[in-house]
Formats: sequence, C-alpha cells, structure tokens
Amino acid sequence: MYDSGKIITGLLVFVAIVSFPFVYSRGTNIVKPEPKIDTPVIQQMAVKQCVQPRAFMRAEHMQLLNDWRDSVVRDGNRVYVGFGGKQYNMSLQNTCMHCHSNKKEFCDSCHNFMSVKPYCWDCHIAPKENKS
Amino acid sequence: MSMDRRQFLKITGVSTILGIGAVAGVNGLSRSPVEASQVEPSPDALKAKRWGFVIDMSKFRTDDDFTRVRHACHSIHNVPDIDNPKVEIKWIWKDTYEHTFPGQESKYMAEEMKDKPFMVLCNHCDNPPCVRVCPTKATFKRSDGIVMMDMHRCIGCRFCMAACPFGARSFNFGDPRPFIKEPNPEFPTRTKGVVEKCTFCYERLAKGLNPACVDASQGGIVFGDLEDPKSEVRRLISKHYTIRRKLELGTEPSVYYIIGGNENA
Ligand code: SF4
Ligand code: SF4
Repeated sequence: MYDSGKIITGLLVFVAIVSFPFVYSRGTNIVKPEPKIDTPVIQQMAVKQCVQPRAFMRAEHMQLLNDWRDSVVRDGNRVYVGFGGKQYNMSLQNTCMHCHSNKKEFCDSCHNFMSVKPYCWDCHIAPKENKS
Repeated sequence: MSMDRRQFLKITGVSTILGIGAVAGVNGLSRSPVEASQVEPSPDALKAKRWGFVIDMSKFRTDDDFTRVRHACHSIHNVPDIDNPKVEIKWIWKDTYEHTFPGQESKYMAEEMKDKPFMVLCNHCDNPPCVRVCPTKATFKRSDGIVMMDMHRCIGCRFCMAACPFGARSFNFGDPRPFIKEPNPEFPTRTKGVVEKCTFCYERLAKGLNPACVDASQGGIVFGDLEDPKSEVRRLISKHYTIRRKLELGTEPSVYYIIGGNENA
C-alpha cells in the first residue's frame, strides 16, 4: 500500500475526533429528564390515560400533533377517536394543555434535554403556571 | 476484481430490488398514527356547501355598531391592536363607500351614501386569487367555501396580500403579542412573519356557534349557505337589492351588501 503512514495517521485522527464526545462525557452523571404528570387535572382522573398509550405518545407525539393539525385546519374534522374509543377535541391549547398544564416540567424538561426547540409556543398560548 | 457485462447487470439488478424493498419496508413501519377512521367531524358542527354573509348596512348606523362587531371578532381571535395604519392588523373593519365599491360612486349621488362607512372583511371569494398565488398552500379554500389560513405553513411571502383586491389581509411585521391586551387563552395568537385575515370563525362553526361578528351585529350581519335556496341569506338576497365588491374582477365574493337604508331595504 502506498502512503500507508499518512493513511493510518489520518484514520487515527479521525477515530479520535469522532469518539471524543463519548470519551469526554464518560463518568459525568447524566440525569434523564422525568416529565412530570402530577397536575391537578391528571390527579383527578380515575384512569390516568392519555389519548394513546404512553410508549406511543413518547415516540410519536410530534407526528400525532402534525396529523391533528392537518385534520383540523385542512379538513375541519375536530374529533379524535383515541385509545379505547374515547373521543377528544383535537386541540393543543385546549385539550393537551388542559391536562398537561405544567409545560415547564412536562414539555420543556425533555425538549431542553434533547435541545429541540419546537415553535409551537410562538403562536399557541402556553398555560399560566404558578411559579413554584 | 474484473467483471463482465453480464455480472455487472445482475448485481445492479439485485441491489435495485433490495433497495426498493428496503424503502417500502421502512415506509410500512413508519405508518401515520392517525388513520382516516380515527378522526370525525364534530357532531354539532354547522355545515354548508358555500358559506356566505349578507351585511345589512341599514343596521350599521352609529360608530358603536361598527366597534362592537370589530371588538367581538378581534378580542376572541387575539388580533393585536396596533395603532399605526402601516402595520395594523385587521380582520373586520370600517371603510368608506369609495374604497368599498370603487368606480360605483356617481357624480350626484346622495351625500349620505357617499360618506357612509361600510363594514368590510374577507369576502371568502368563490374564485380566490389569494389561494391561486400562495406558493405553499398555506391559504386554501375548504370544501365549504371558507378561505382558510394554515399559519404553520405561511412563509410570509405576502403574495396573497398583493393578489387580494380587497385588502383583506394583514401582515405581522413584528411580534403581535405585546399588542394583545387580553389574550383569549382558547385561541392561538400569530407570530412575526405570517399573514392573517378573517377565517369565518371556523373554530366556532365547528362547535355549532355562529360567527362572532354575526352574534355581535344585532341582525346587521347574517350568515348562511349560499347554495341552499331555502337559507336565510338566499331569502335576503332574493328579496333585496344587494351588491358585492368589485365584481368586475371575477373573484365572486361571498359577502353581499344590502345598501338601501329605507323600508325597502
Ligand atoms: S377577499 Fe381577498 S383574502 Fe378573502 S378570499 Fe377574496 S381574495 Fe382571498
Ligand atoms: S366571521 Fe369570525 S373571523 Fe370573520 S370577521 Fe366575523 S367574527 Fe371575525
């Protein structure tokens, strides 16, 4: 192989750079976010059930919200038949945030951790939260 | 490695099939969670083939008649109150006869008509030029005739504002929130860089409620299905002399004005 010296050094440098973040953050204690669901409305629910099971909501809520938006704005269909056939008014402000009235401890805890910045709240009004 | 033509074609063929299969497989896995059967229209929604308004100008006499209606609309829809005509936002407002019906003012017409203010709003045109020019389909016509905005899609190009011959659209040059005194927590605001206008209260129709301006107008604004010959709007249009704005442009407005002020109005 020609230039094996250069190639191998290059590869070593590449591997070092790529693995740097993993090596660097080893040992630091990363606290996983725990979105809180202890709002007054949720506490009063007999069965604490979102519109779909928890695992689904965790992974797919962004897609679900996009589909809700298209259905409401484009087709004018507002009723969502959720888990167990229960019906919901498709509305971020009036349905989701009615239960999850703790945006800071619920939405923001994960979004900040993952460093995603959804622009929902540029227009949708976040619930008033008691500063605790 | 050397390869003959035949081998090469075999390998490309097989890898193409594998590639297509993989794409189809991935697509099949990431199915949309909302199936068509999972959504329904609200049971008490008001429905029509083509929504329209009849505005009876004889019911708009005092300043209060105008401000009451405007306030009803603007307060529930979080329309900012900006006191600068260059950047103001309006969904329904008052304008002069010559601006409302340009070209229709005649030389010796009654002064009171010439000076009369008119209540104007988006005409929810049957043939809306704003929809035709929108590059992202952020504004579109629903099957019930409402010309809607999807704020999530608006990129703020303002083609629609140039296309609308009625000035029915306003642009958010800045963040509107500081100008909304008492936000309605049930309705979103808008953000910097999007266009907004009257939405025919689609969110109220979905709940079975009348448009807010209709309720506040004390009979001055009537709404209904223009394609239903038995509707109240059709009855009014057939009984009274009505005019629409800038018909010569062919946008087919869905807002009719009864202008005669007397008993025959
Ligand atoms: S009045 Fe203007 S904004 Fe409204 S539908 Fe007609 S063209 Fe579009
Ligand atoms: S129909 Fe609704 S949005 Fe349109 S002007 Fe009337 S109150 Fe405002």
